[in-house]
Amino acid sequence: MQSLQKIKSRFIPLRIENVDTDQIIPARFLKATTKEGFGKNLFRDWRYENDDESKPKADFVLNQKQFSGEILVAAKNFGCGSSREHAAWSIQDYGFKVVVSSFFADIFKNNALNNGVLPVTVSDAFLQAIFAEGADATLSIDLEKQTITIDRTGASESFEINAYKKTCMLNGYDDIDYLLSMKEEIEQFELNHNK
Amino acid sequence: MGKTIFDKIWDKHVVKIIEGGPSVLYIDKHLIHEVTSPQAFSGIEKRGAKLFRPNQIVATADHNVPTMNQHLPIADQLSKFQVDTLIENCKKHGVELYGLGHPNQGIVHVIGPELGITQPGMTIVCGDSHTSTHGAFGSIAFGIGTSEVEMVFAAQCVMQTKPKVMRINIEGSLQNGVVSKDIILYIIAKISASGATGYFVEYEGSAIRALSMEARMTICNMSIEMGARGGIIAPDETTYAYIKGRPFAPQGQHWEKKLTQWKELYSDADAKFDLEININAAEIDPMITYGTNPGMGLSVTGKVPTMDSISDPTEKQNFEKALAYMGLEAGQSLLGMTVQNVFIGSCTNSRIEDFRLVASIIKGKQKNASVKTLIVPGSQEVAKQIKAEGLDKIFTAAGIEIRQAGCSACLGMNEDKIPAGEYCISTSNRNFEGRQGAGARTMLVSPLTAAAALLTGKITDIRTMLN
Repeated sequence: MQSLQKIKSRFIPLRIENVDTDQIIPARFLKATTKEGFGKNLFRDWRYENDDESKPKADFVLNQKQFSGEILVAAKNFGCGSSREHAAWSIQDYGFKVVVSSFFADIFKNNALNNGVLPVTVSDAFLQAIFAEGADATLSIDLEKQTITIDRTGASESFEINAYKKTCMLNGYDDIDYLLSMKEEIEQFELNHNK
Repeated sequence: MGKTIFDKIWDKHVVKIIEGGPSVLYIDKHLIHEVTSPQAFSGIEKRGAKLFRPNQIVATADHNVPTMNQHLPIADQLSKFQVDTLIENCKKHGVELYGLGHPNQGIVHVIGPELGITQPGMTIVCGDSHTSTHGAFGSIAFGIGTSEVEMVFAAQCVMQTKPKVMRINIEGSLQNGVVSKDIILYIIAKISASGATGYFVEYEGSAIRALSMEARMTICNMSIEMGARGGIIAPDETTYAYIKGRPFAPQGQHWEKKLTQWKELYSDADAKFDLEININAAEIDPMITYGTNPGMGLSVTGKVPTMDSISDPTEKQNFEKALAYMGLEAGQSLLGMTVQNVFIGSCTNSRIEDFRLVASIIKGKQKNASVKTLIVPGSQEVAKQIKAEGLDKIFTAAGIEIRQAGCSACLGMNEDKIPAGEYCISTSNRNFEGRQGAGARTMLVSPLTAAAALLTGKITDIRTMLN
């Protein structure tokens, strides 16, 4: 897993609530058997007219050239619905390292963390302050300090992440390595559990 | 202080609590399917590891399979490759697979309970958010991502932060024409599509106790649609009677021992919940959704909210976006609107009782000539029961074809899709934009309300069709 310590980047503002994982990556793209290449289909049906890559929808933020960056900022309840990890893979493959929202759906949050994409939960007021910034504005995120800052104004907020997941993100460790190292303990647990 | 049923089961499965982090939670049963498992199999192979407990895994092919001509090779080459990959992976790693053509094949959340794999007190996971279905048996069941599927492959555990616990009490009797799907659509409309995020939800009360196991599954199934990690209903005589005698149910002495353990699974009288909600069952009407998330629901006789009922600007913008997508006006009523499609199926409502409900309405009648139908049983076993009970003859006489088992138009991964711009009255669980096909307009309802639309071609109050 990719590690992440600090990031300073412009951001893409997606002012839509309840963005479900069917929008992030529609089901017809789930036929793949590998994790690669999902980025080109990220938000596919919001991005293109009639599924046609030659007809980008001008009103969709990923198609607006003034916006760019490695941070996606979305309205509340981001990533709800289907558990498809393909949603996290497509966000990562597109080039995002951080997603900021005032509220994340549980499964998406786990999936993002398991793929080195940092979900940053901010207050409603802070989210509105980010949305109020222009296309040239940048955000700085410091995972060690657990802070997010709007660089132009210096407005800053701290965010939550559990200590274990923070260590994993900072170092690029993943849960599977951790669990594999616990096998004996798990076997011991099973002896009692299966009685 | 007493414990909730959730706490009792959770605590028994914690291998270790990581300081300042999640718990390592032991998983009793792992269900897998073709769409969210291939990357986990290749992941585990890349690590040079083996499946830790392959005999605690059951696989089926459901999401990406055709619902016609299942005896023929799958025509879509990508789908065929994905299903073949599952076959190969299961063979290589020693996992029991109920693939296409197997009598146990079906939607993963239909076959688990049907085969008696799902039992009280268990932890059950699957790479599918509707794994919450299995909570109807008093188990902790939840959907996971593919990285977590790989974790269970590697160590039969997942890392989870313990959620808060909410109890929703539903007391009283339901109106005639109102079924469990209406209960859960009502709850989600009340608390919103994110109202239970961070919680596990226990459903309790006389209205829940009166429900069959299949009806309880419908409720737990949609827990995820309000953001909950899962739903749970304490087991009772209805639960035990359902499980007894099923292929994977405990037998003989083992059954007695299990039964004694299962009877301890309830929330203690002095257990504390992080949140409690009380609902009067009599207030619930047949429900329908009008928007693009399952929280946007109302009584079938109700009206779409008006613009001035929403104050927050982002919310207003989202509401307008949803109505534009659905082709509806703020403040309008839905009753009498023409619909072009009816889908009866999905892990929410594709069990034998759902087909009995639909058959009871359409018996001796003809479907509306302009309605296109997708009627898809949840499993081979349900399809078999439909025939055994002669329900297939009722459908055929009504001019309705019954398909073969699979997820079908619930998520539109196979060719069962709803055309852009058309309305679909659907017994499934999600009305997201494009869920049933790009541009499709989904309205979620109960099997009874869907049956009414089969006959009338319109959004209909089923209560007006009952005696």
